Amino acid sequence: MMLEATGLIGGYGGADILKGVDLAVDQGEIVVIVGPNGAGKSTAMKAIFGLVQVRAGAVRFRGEDITNAAPDTLVPRGMAYVPQERNVFPTLTVHENLEMGAYIRRDDFRAVIDQVYELFPPLKEKRRQAAGELSGGQRQMVAFGRALMTEPALLLLDEPTAGLSPLFMEEIFDRVIAVNKTGVGILMVEQNARQALGVAHRGYVLSTGENRFADTGPALLANREVAESFLGG
Amino acid sequence: MELFGLFMYLLGFLAVALIYAIGCLGVNINWGFTGLFNVGVAGFFAVGAYSTAIVTSPPSPVHLGGFDLPIPVGLVAAIVFAGAVAWVVGRICLRLRSDYLAIATVGIAEILRLVFRNFESLGGGPFGVQRVPRPFESLPQPWSEIGFIVVLAVILLLLYVLIQRAWSAPWGRVLRAIRDNEEAAAAAGKNVEAFRLQAFVLGSAIMGLFGGLFALYTKTITPNAIEPLMVTFLPWVMLIVGGSGNNKGAILGAVAIWALWTMTEILTGLLPSDWASRAAFIRVFLIGLLLQIVLQRFPGGLLPEKPPIIRAPDEKHPDRA
Amino acid sequence: MIDFVNQYLIPALVLGCIYSLGAIGISMIFAILRFAHFAHGDLMAMGAYLGLFLVGIIDLLPLDGLSVNAKVLIALPFSFVATAAAAILIDRLFYKPFRKSKTIILVIASFGIALMLRSLIQLFFGADVLNYSTGIRFPLEMFKPLRVQERYVYIVVVTLALMFALHFMLTRTRTGKAMRAMSDDADLARVSGINTEKVVMWTWIIGGGLAAVAGTFLAMDTRLVPTMGWDLLLPTFAAAILGGLGRPYGAIAGGMIIGAMEELSTFPWIGDGPLISPDYKTAVAFAVMVLMLVFRPQGLFGGRVL
Repeated sequence: MMLEATGLIGGYGGADILKGVDLAVDQGEIVVIVGPNGAGKSTAMKAIFGLVQVRAGAVRFRGEDITNAAPDTLVPRGMAYVPQERNVFPTLTVHENLEMGAYIRRDDFRAVIDQVYELFPPLKEKRRQAAGELSGGQRQMVAFGRALMTEPALLLLDEPTAGLSPLFMEEIFDRVIAVNKTGVGILMVEQNARQALGVAHRGYVLSTGENRFADTGPALLANREVAESFLGG
Repeated sequence: MELFGLFMYLLGFLAVALIYAIGCLGVNINWGFTGLFNVGVAGFFAVGAYSTAIVTSPPSPVHLGGFDLPIPVGLVAAIVFAGAVAWVVGRICLRLRSDYLAIATVGIAEILRLVFRNFESLGGGPFGVQRVPRPFESLPQPWSEIGFIVVLAVILLLLYVLIQRAWSAPWGRVLRAIRDNEEAAAAAGKNVEAFRLQAFVLGSAIMGLFGGLFALYTKTITPNAIEPLMVTFLPWVMLIVGGSGNNKGAILGAVAIWALWTMTEILTGLLPSDWASRAAFIRVFLIGLLLQIVLQRFPGGLLPEKPPIIRAPDEKHPDRA
Repeated sequence: MIDFVNQYLIPALVLGCIYSLGAIGISMIFAILRFAHFAHGDLMAMGAYLGLFLVGIIDLLPLDGLSVNAKVLIALPFSFVATAAAAILIDRLFYKPFRKSKTIILVIASFGIALMLRSLIQLFFGADVLNYSTGIRFPLEMFKPLRVQERYVYIVVVTLALMFALHFMLTRTRTGKAMRAMSDDADLARVSGINTEKVVMWTWIIGGGLAAVAGTFLAMDTRLVPTMGWDLLLPTFAAAILGGLGRPYGAIAGGMIIGAMEELSTFPWIGDGPLISPDYKTAVAFAVMVLMLVFRPQGLFGGRVL
């Protein structure tokens, strides 16, 4: 496995939100974490990316122990993270946002920017516009594109479709698949569980900070118990 | 004669230390209890000092008053006027983040200094208000000084008891809650703004009293006495070194820092005169450095705030999610 | 009319330049480090005094016929660098330990630093009023009938040049863009892999360096006193708040506005006497600031609210 998190326990200061979570992503996989509100989905992702203190358990990435490593040390190792909210630099232009995604690169990354523009054509038109002026869906594209600039091996997406219209949601999932086709592993937290599991290779269902189910995407969708308890029937 | 001089020096030291201790309690209510960074101590000090001076001094052809009223009236005026100014400032600034309060209070202090310096018919201009009466001044020394110290000690004790009570009462608990977690306090239905305003006004009123007592002690107040270094910075260092959030710490810090301050004065006084004036600046530097060291290494100060008494779990809001 | 320009507008522009240079640093430090830097005025004073020290050194060199202004301008880059270095050192020693603390602790620490810097100035230079030039000045005036003193030209030209340099850095260089990114969102900058400590260092280089220039220019225009930093603090804060915290261009505009308001408030707009007595000039900045706090805390151009 490329990423392996085992027995994660931790949270923000006081109470533990994660009470022993296991997650894994293999090379080139799309893995989705679903579950009800307050299940610890986003917290689990943040714990992997060093944004939440892990009190017990371990995170390994490409064979190295990265438990509680600082986020800025994880980016050079090939991880990238897109937060759910406030995920663009609002006063920077679209183009500058992408450049900031490539901050750690000292090589010529113009080709990568072109690839991002190819993936998200609307961004190319608005490249000189401040990211804060864009619509929600377009901002999400900027955030997505920014994270791709390091050409990561693993991309962490925290609810990329939150607050988007169904049309944009489809669009974003299409992009997720397209990015995945280039060999990028994806770990994604999603509220829109059904649609997300539809594009996933594998999925995890979390509830109250613990693993409930883990299976392939189609199998979870077919699982009656999962459907009744977590996918709204 | 030598000994008497030393004794008088000690009495003088004690009097000023007690005055500072009172000011320090005011800063503690602002910062230690409520987490309000009031850097305008000098401003509230000035309002208090001028109020007391104008109310109690004999009539003057230059400035407002004096009204020749009894000293207690003067001190009450100090508290009331400083509190009133604080109320206005607080209403404007407390709803914004603490840095704004810091900037605004510095501004208020500077403006007040300008006003007192330039508005002659109010505060007498550069010469300030003179001939301020001092309690027991008709007594021979050292009794006059001792009498004043007794007055200061009584005021300090009274304040200490009152503040300590408020601190352990529900009011104090709410302040702590606001300081430590504003959102949780608001979620528990507390009117955060009102509580902060109360604490701000109360603390600033005590700073006014600090100024009033200073004017009585020195028998005068001039714009030069409203020096941010001496009346804002020093009380702050005293509180942080003593232990913010702890009233005993505030008093201890005031005495300790004032002792340090006066002792270094004696030491630098032994140096040749042109060195002595320079050495005074080293003293400020070292006090500043002491503040940095305490902030970094001993954030609790000499007497750290005692952890709150553990209460039954159901008393606190059990459900925060 | 020409008197109005000479006695009010030109000094307003000069004062505006000085405030702007200081306010840029306050604004950027606030946006990137999230605290109101109370020692900024004293960094300006420090720059001014370093300038005095350097002018003294230049006087020892066998150079004839250099005007005082020329000597100050030669000293300027050195005091820029030295003050920037001092700012970085202060940050490392006194602010860095509090990166994860409540920001108000940083405000307290910077308040202490302000007095430490001032006491160092007093220690080395004494408490008296000093000037870059000794003796009586016969200012060279240009652009008649306007009375533009030579030093005004230097102040305005150097300020403009520095602002263009800053603009270039913020929009064209990787570090400059990272500074803007971090002032937009420090957390996002961190998760994007931006080296935030490097950004912080550059913030102090720019903030400290420009503070040195501001202080030097104020001293060039008026005089040197150890309390000049404290006096500068309020108008520069007012300028930064007016322009919107975290907006360097807003800080420039805010500085110009505060400078203009201070100078123009003493013009006899109504009747014969000055509208506001010059004694209360500094109160103008404060009044503007309070009005902003009440009605538009995000500043004129929509910056961050504390």
